[in-house]
Amino acid sequence: MAEPLIQARGLVKRFGDFTAVDGIDLEVAPGEAFGFLGPNGAGKSSTMRMISCVSMPSAGELRILGRDPRVEGPAIRARLGVCPQLDNLDPDLNVRENLTTYARYFGLSRAQARAKAEELLEFAQLTEKASSLVEPLSGGMKRRLTIARAMVNDPDLVLLDEPTTGLDPQARHLLWERLFRLKQRGVTLVLTTHYMDEAEQLCDRLVVMDRGRIVAEGSPRQLIEAYSSPEVVELRFGLDELAGLVPLLQGVGERVDPLPDRLLLYAKDGDAAVNEVHRRGLTPSSVLVRRSSLEDVFLHLTGRTLVD
Amino acid sequence: MMSVAVARRLVRSLDQGVSPRRVGAVVNRNVGALRSGASYWLVLLSGFFEPLLYLLSIGVGVGALVGEIPLGDGRVISYAVFVAPAMLAASAMNGALAETTFNFFFKMKYAKTFEAILATPVRPFEVALGELSWAMIRSAFYTAAFLVVMVVFDLAEPWWALAAFPATLLVGLAFGAVGMAASTFMRGWQDFDLLTAAQFSLFLFSGTFSPVGAYPPVLEAVVAATPLFHAVELVRGLALGQVGWGLLGHAAYLVVMVAAGLWLAARRIQRVLCA
Amino acid sequence: MASATYAVFERYMVLYKRLWRASLFSSFALPLLFLASIGLGVGQYVGELGGVSYAQWIVPGVLASTAFQMALGESTYPVLGSFKWDRSAHAMYATRVSIWDMLRGWLLYLVVRVQIAVAVFLLVVWPFGGLASPWALVTPLVAAVLTVAVAAPVTAFAASIEHDSYFALLFRFVMIPATLFSGVFFPVEQLGWLRVLAYVSPLWHAVVLCRWATLGEVTPWPAWAHVAVLGAFVVGGLWWARVAFARRLRD
Repeated sequence: MAEPLIQARGLVKRFGDFTAVDGIDLEVAPGEAFGFLGPNGAGKSSTMRMISCVSMPSAGELRILGRDPRVEGPAIRARLGVCPQLDNLDPDLNVRENLTTYARYFGLSRAQARAKAEELLEFAQLTEKASSLVEPLSGGMKRRLTIARAMVNDPDLVLLDEPTTGLDPQARHLLWERLFRLKQRGVTLVLTTHYMDEAEQLCDRLVVMDRGRIVAEGSPRQLIEAYSSPEVVELRFGLDELAGLVPLLQGVGERVDPLPDRLLLYAKDGDAAVNEVHRRGLTPSSVLVRRSSLEDVFLHLTGRTLVD
Repeated sequence: MMSVAVARRLVRSLDQGVSPRRVGAVVNRNVGALRSGASYWLVLLSGFFEPLLYLLSIGVGVGALVGEIPLGDGRVISYAVFVAPAMLAASAMNGALAETTFNFFFKMKYAKTFEAILATPVRPFEVALGELSWAMIRSAFYTAAFLVVMVVFDLAEPWWALAAFPATLLVGLAFGAVGMAASTFMRGWQDFDLLTAAQFSLFLFSGTFSPVGAYPPVLEAVVAATPLFHAVELVRGLALGQVGWGLLGHAAYLVVMVAAGLWLAARRIQRVLCA
Repeated sequence: MASATYAVFERYMVLYKRLWRASLFSSFALPLLFLASIGLGVGQYVGELGGVSYAQWIVPGVLASTAFQMALGESTYPVLGSFKWDRSAHAMYATRVSIWDMLRGWLLYLVVRVQIAVAVFLLVVWPFGGLASPWALVTPLVAAVLTVAVAAPVTAFAASIEHDSYFALLFRFVMIPATLFSGVFFPVEQLGWLRVLAYVSPLWHAVVLCRWATLGEVTPWPAWAHVAVLGAFVVGGLWWARVAFARRLRD
């Protein structure tokens, strides 16, 4: 196996008394699409800032592209593409200038920067907006521009912090499709998200973070298999009865999880489980059988719903 | 002609019933904002020092090089006495403009303060009056403090200083009203560069630092048409006890500014925010 | 890395190409207006000072104070904004650009801006006999050192604060008093013991150096001492700015 692009052992980040990242280990191999999944405050962004060599680890070992970020920050950053959570495009420059100016930071010549900008405008589907200022662009366009900007140096590693947070569904799908292209080209992607569907769409492998720790690791499929069941039944009743119902459902499926507004039944065969519920004389006001998702994994691991 | 139309318009607005209580509520909002931020207090206070520093530097510092300066009526006075009333008038202008331009624009465009206020029974004209009243409070605070300084440093007789105080209020009202009207036309912060440029040019060339009689004739004619010149002449006349009919002319200029500014500001607030 | 520094410089120049109109008044018109109002207007009543007309006497002062005000003014909102509003500093720092590159590129840009303003000012006053000595050609160099001596610490300050209302205080309690009491309009000897305040103002040191260059007036301290004070501001300011940037970017 090729040398890992990211290698962390016992990585810790503290802010005063608060421990944002509490001893994590991970490895990311070339060509992988790797995800950090977790709610706000789980430590994803702090981890990403350490990987992008902007924030220094408080303890532990970290090697990016085989180098030590404490010593070789600028040299490592020269090979990274970073798309931060908050767009930091230059509001006083137009779309093309945002790309060319950024390219110059990486030492491209003016001609190279111009050529690269044209290529990336095409990639981000912003060629028609090239002369527009950044401000009037839609949220999706700004995010595509930020991602295009992260590509100006043909990076070995692209870091995306919550790439689709705050975008509407169409903009998200367009962005996913662009990121998928990068992945096909063999670009190594590392992203954080608190959207399950995003992690399932884009990641080959991911870790679930909670309160600064990694609580699970694997491919989306593996995680679902390990921590959930193939199907989930959502049952709704009158509001007050839920907790009392749990004993009555003992033995239906593999596990029962009472949420404030509904019961989740984890089962191999959802329809069979629904039949069993009816057979026991229970009459839910609504029944939904669906495929298990990472949301269920997360719920199982942390006991909390993932809300942002 | 203009002033007749303005007066009629003003009377009509008054007919519709301007409620002092609602105007007071607009002022009250600003007092509340003042309490909420410690730094705003400091910024507000610091506005008093600017004209004082100019007085000390140019009036006293350069004044030591100048010695005495002849007035038109044959009297000769020390240079600091000549500059002080001009700094007073400029201070009234700056105090009023700071509220009615930068702060007013921010409230209108970014904080959406007026949008929230106009969703209540408060009318645009009352917003304009309320904001202007607040600007006047700020401006009056500066000029009163500055007059005290002038009396303490023997740059004005106490009774004449007292007589000059209402004149500084008129100056504040005039610039406040016009500034507020101008703010409603501002497209963005870049337009404020123009305003700052205008404000500074007025400050330097309104008979503030040297008598306009000594300017080149063309410049003198241009200056005679600009507002701070009339403000300086009015305030200086009263502060130095040089009372004449000419002061009424300067006062009339400022009164027209008040009326025209208020009328235009209320109309524009209506158009911009109630469209 | 020289080319990274240059890339940072270039970014500011691209911005300047878009925004130069906004600075026309403060960079070019304001110094000349000051010269006209105080130098010519009040000058009629002053007569001569140090063997030259009052207007001639304040030319070097107004020149230095232009550099001072530009360096200070430009290092406020734009610097805080690059960390807080448009986050362009964070964008730069995500690349191979280092903190030194950022500081050098930024200060180089300010020096160029000030040089343009100083050159225009000199060209305008020259035909009016505002410059008595060929040594006046040294004034751009003094202006450049002053620019860095002022911009570096102010940049550091702007990178350290959280709210822009501090700038209003900086303008009123530092910029305006420094401009008014640093020997631009009258000799600081008139201030009595208060002149020690001028000694800590980098502007005063630049003013006396410029006055020495344009009028041949003897400097109050040996010239090297004035240069050394400015140098101390440069070194101290750069060090502080580096610390402030690192804290802001790395936390």
